[in-house]
Amino acid sequence: MSNYHLDHLQHLETEAIHIMREVAGEFERPALLFSGGKDSICLLRLAEKAFRPSDLPLPLLNVDTGHHFPELNEFRDRRAQQLGAKLIVRTVEDAIAKGIATPSPGEISRNRLQIPTLLAAIEEFQFDCCIGGARRDEEKARAKERFFSFRDSFGQWDPKNQRPEIWNLYNARLNPGENMRVFPLSNWTETDVWEYIQRERLEVPSIYFSHRRAVVRRHGQWLPVNDLVPPKPGEDVRELVVRVRTIGDIISTGCIESPADSIEDILAEIAAARVTERGSRADDKASEAAMEDRKKAGYF
Amino acid sequence: MSSPSHPIDILRFNTSGSVDDGKSTLIGRLLYDSKSLMEDQLDALERSADITGGGQINLANLTDGLRAEREQGITIDVAYRYFSTPRREFIIADTPGHVQYTRNMVTGASNANLSIVLVDARAGVIEQSRRHTCIASLLRIPHLVVAVNKMDLVGWSEERFAEIRDQFEEFLPRLDIKDVKFIPISALLGDNVVEPSTNMPWYAGPTLLSHLETVHIGSDWNLAGFRLPVQWVNRPNNPTDSRLHDFRGFSGQIAGGIVRVGQRVGILPSGLVSTVKEIWTYDGSVAEAFCPQSITLVLEHDVDVSRGNMIVGLDDRPGFTTDVQAKVCWMHQRPLQRGKRYFLKHTSHTVQAIVSEIEHRLDIETLEPQAAPPQLGLNDLGQIRLRLAQPIAFDGYATNRLTGSFILIEQGTNATVAAGMLAPPLEAAKLDGGDYAI
Repeated sequence: MSNYHLDHLQHLETEAIHIMREVAGEFERPALLFSGGKDSICLLRLAEKAFRPSDLPLPLLNVDTGHHFPELNEFRDRRAQQLGAKLIVRTVEDAIAKGIATPSPGEISRNRLQIPTLLAAIEEFQFDCCIGGARRDEEKARAKERFFSFRDSFGQWDPKNQRPEIWNLYNARLNPGENMRVFPLSNWTETDVWEYIQRERLEVPSIYFSHRRAVVRRHGQWLPVNDLVPPKPGEDVRELVVRVRTIGDIISTGCIESPADSIEDILAEIAAARVTERGSRADDKASEAAMEDRKKAGYF
Repeated sequence: MSSPSHPIDILRFNTSGSVDDGKSTLIGRLLYDSKSLMEDQLDALERSADITGGGQINLANLTDGLRAEREQGITIDVAYRYFSTPRREFIIADTPGHVQYTRNMVTGASNANLSIVLVDARAGVIEQSRRHTCIASLLRIPHLVVAVNKMDLVGWSEERFAEIRDQFEEFLPRLDIKDVKFIPISALLGDNVVEPSTNMPWYAGPTLLSHLETVHIGSDWNLAGFRLPVQWVNRPNNPTDSRLHDFRGFSGQIAGGIVRVGQRVGILPSGLVSTVKEIWTYDGSVAEAFCPQSITLVLEHDVDVSRGNMIVGLDDRPGFTTDVQAKVCWMHQRPLQRGKRYFLKHTSHTVQAIVSEIEHRLDIETLEPQAAPPQLGLNDLGQIRLRLAQPIAFDGYATNRLTGSFILIEQGTNATVAAGMLAPPLEAAKLDGGDYAI
């Protein structure tokens, strides 16, 4: 402090707090997307730093696909309660029942169906801004997205027509029906997130740490065996010591073999890793432009 | 920290250039040779090479992220890349050069500590190199690197490198750049990018990465006049903690200077003066705080402060007026028009603004003023005067990037149409001097 120097995490932190406060100052009905995953855990701490000692001036929103890891939902509910925050959960199941989301024949993944569910929640609560935990280092399409990402009244992202973002001046103006997605962690890397969790002593769901789990080998990755992912005939179910590096739906999140049972271990593992975080997400591999297409349709 | 390679700070830099000057290849090379690429990224690279690259891996495919870009072989917008070494964490803003050059370059460079100008050793200094350097100067990017690329195609010639350096040094004195470094490289082959070149023993300087790791950026923030643009008034609703019943704090990110408990501060626009009672942060109260920390300030007196106000130090005060002069970069197809009304966003404050005068256009290769045009078009730089519906508290851009910059927003469409850099104020804001008492 005495030499007026901020290290990289302090820089990223003050940038993110500034963005959180711009959201509170510029929007009437913002929400914060909280899944219980590591990125949104950092978002919540940043919201505390931005707004305490007041209550958080925005509710937490989660779209539950029905395919979440149970450990994640348990953590999500508990953390929201600890913070005294209002948590809104909208489920894909319910959206299907109401006809808001329609699965195509044989479609098992809920990945596409969370988009109409989210858009319906935005409509229901008239949210004009949703804060999300996406990072630019995750994926090529995200590398081109702004901190304040404008969405038209259909929730669509138009990558060719983004507002230029200059200095730290964010244009938050909207016409009725339009919407903003805001990403305070845009400049954070996977390593930054874990270092921040370590520095802030934040609790994370247990599945990020090494545990024993029944898995099957499918499409080059270890998928957790459960009711939604039963072993197919001839598949070899193995008990392995694994952890998850990124959390998506239980049917598409690959586990990695890992003995890492502390944040120090995880940081060391990332430093030595030879694949990116989303390399274990089947949803991104569908095509080279998988993420770009989903974002254009309203995804995060 | 326990992680083995803990970066100590962040360097933000931008690269900008045209389709063929090897910019994407350079970034690909930096990431590849600093081992910042992962197997699945290399896999994806190889998969796409089979389709578009005739079987050869194309490092440029790493940065051209969107489908339209891969299909058309162009880069649409600013893309951000991240990598780190044991010494530093790096954020690259990568901007295309072919269309909307100025708009993209300004966007990518606005937060940069350093800018890399790529020069093709065969072509030498061309219009684009001069434009890039002028914009870097206009934006007051403290450090510039001139990377003379494709040295392999000029036989690793020391004479050619010296010629290009001389061409550059001819027009540099007219600009306002403090630190310039020339480095001969081959992005394609990797010479002097991460690894020192064995082909150019005559070059004794650092590699590009080694320069990026060591260039001094500690003094890039303004620590002179205290400025706190208020973003949000922090007033707990139903505090259970009785000490918080009367808590009223002003939250914001310090945009300049240092603040200490007990210091007298002024509030604009009211002109009232009060004393700092507490500097509140989530991690506990602190005795002093500095730019660019985010804090919540509690004052001794119950003064009226709201979002868009600025709390300032009593000496080294900002300007405060409704009539400002600025250099602007115009970023929209619909030209800037005299007499038209825009929203001006400056720090946390948005006011209405009318363009009262277009004083001149700036030549983008020399920054020399040219005769006043009737309007400024897309990618034009110009100097204008604005009349504001309410006064703003500001500094000249040369003194403080954060309190000297603004954007213009078109009313109706809400498009961001300009980036502006304010001229220094003619006089300092007046504060009422006496303590405010209830």
